Amino acid sequence: MTFIMSIMLPFIIILFLLLLVLGVVSYTHLENVFGIFIPYLALAIFLMGFLYRILSWAKSPVPFRITTVCGQEKSLDWIKANRLESPFTTLDVIKRLALEVLLFRSLFRNTNTELNEGPKLIHWSAKWLWLAGLTFHWSFFIILTRHLRFFTEPVPFAIQFIDKLDNLFEIGVPALYLTDALIVAAITHLFLRRVLVPKIRYVSLPADYFPLFLLFCIIGSGMFMRHIYKVDLIKVKELALSLISFRPALPEGIGVLFYVHLFFVCLLIAYFPFSKLMHLGGVFLSPTRNLANNNRSKRHINPWNYPVKVHTYEEYEDEFREKMKAAEIPVDKE
Amino acid sequence: MYDTGKIITGLIVFLCLITFPLWYDAFTGKAATKPEPKIITKEKQCVEATPYMRDSHMKLLIQWRDRVVREKMYSYKGSDGKNYTMSLTKTCLNCHSNKQQFCDQCHNYVGVTPTCWNCHIIPEEKS
Repeated sequence: MTFIMSIMLPFIIILFLLLLVLGVVSYTHLENVFGIFIPYLALAIFLMGFLYRILSWAKSPVPFRITTVCGQEKSLDWIKANRLESPFTTLDVIKRLALEVLLFRSLFRNTNTELNEGPKLIHWSAKWLWLAGLTFHWSFFIILTRHLRFFTEPVPFAIQFIDKLDNLFEIGVPALYLTDALIVAAITHLFLRRVLVPKIRYVSLPADYFPLFLLFCIIGSGMFMRHIYKVDLIKVKELALSLISFRPALPEGIGVLFYVHLFFVCLLIAYFPFSKLMHLGGVFLSPTRNLANNNRSKRHINPWNYPVKVHTYEEYEDEFREKMKAAEIPVDKE
Repeated sequence: MYDTGKIITGLIVFLCLITFPLWYDAFTGKAATKPEPKIITKEKQCVEATPYMRDSHMKLLIQWRDRVVREKMYSYKGSDGKNYTMSLTKTCLNCHSNKQQFCDQCHNYVGVTPTCWNCHIIPEEKS
């Protein structure tokens, strides 16, 4: 697939959906569909799809420990083992996986290979992807947590605290959230690297650009309605609370931009189980990460093994003894 | 299925986390509460129209602060042509003197803590 196709296809889809939701909410009275029906539908798709993906992964046997390690395996007592890089017990695995999930430790080791003038081949440490990735994921997580203020009544102290910490510098009114600024910077980096770096542009597909554009729309509409084109937050919270208490009631006149935001969020969570975004669950089920490297001390039997029908030499001799004797082949038993 | 115990445990933890608001609201039982800001003034009209005030009063207030504190301007001409003194204490709190029943209603509802009262004194309320 060419670059133009890869980037234009998701762009056109997103643009079409944006115009669709803007048009429908502005010119018809289908707010119920976008405010109540689609959120429930998206959530149902997300839950079912997520469970399905995890359970289908859980059905794949992992017969042999294929841990990727970069440290000394536990061996004889006098050889110092690196339990974090080559985990031996479940606790070691939990520690390593926690660092992987929370800090993207393996991505931190990312290297880049470059052919410079000379010609000189250079391998060097490349941390930008790690930095942008980590910033993006943590910002996203904090933004999600912050949104709980619309779903909880009264708002728990912890949520208010996170909110307060996030607009610590009180830039403007309403204050600019630090995570908003960070996520825009991070996702711009993640997008530009796909477009500008030829090697990455070559391997980028519509499935890579689509979630990026979707996130741009979600972040953009969210920030736009906080800072520029306001919506009625009280009504937004009323809707959110009514949805999660399963007594949906749609307040009038929230503002069209809210429906754009909500629709793209619904699209994201409905798309989630069928896309590469499933690495949320997948990271915990990666056999190279979640297994203890104990092949040498513990026997792992392949669960695929079926009882093999064998024909032993004794049975073979019993079957052909007379013929063997006739051909003067020595036999074990007379 | 393999490693059933661990995977099911993980899934249950995940489901509990993402459904947090559901059981939190079921526990507090306040999902149906709505803020009821009480207006106790006899004035018919705020400095700007109600929808604008509802959305953007914070922008107006910060604009007033900047004008007064940094530019020594004290008069604000509303879109109805009337002149108002740009002052939280003298103009806003003149009508909305009931912080708990007015300001806090919506602010608490959406978890907002404005910094007005870092400098300004909260007006005494007649209960």
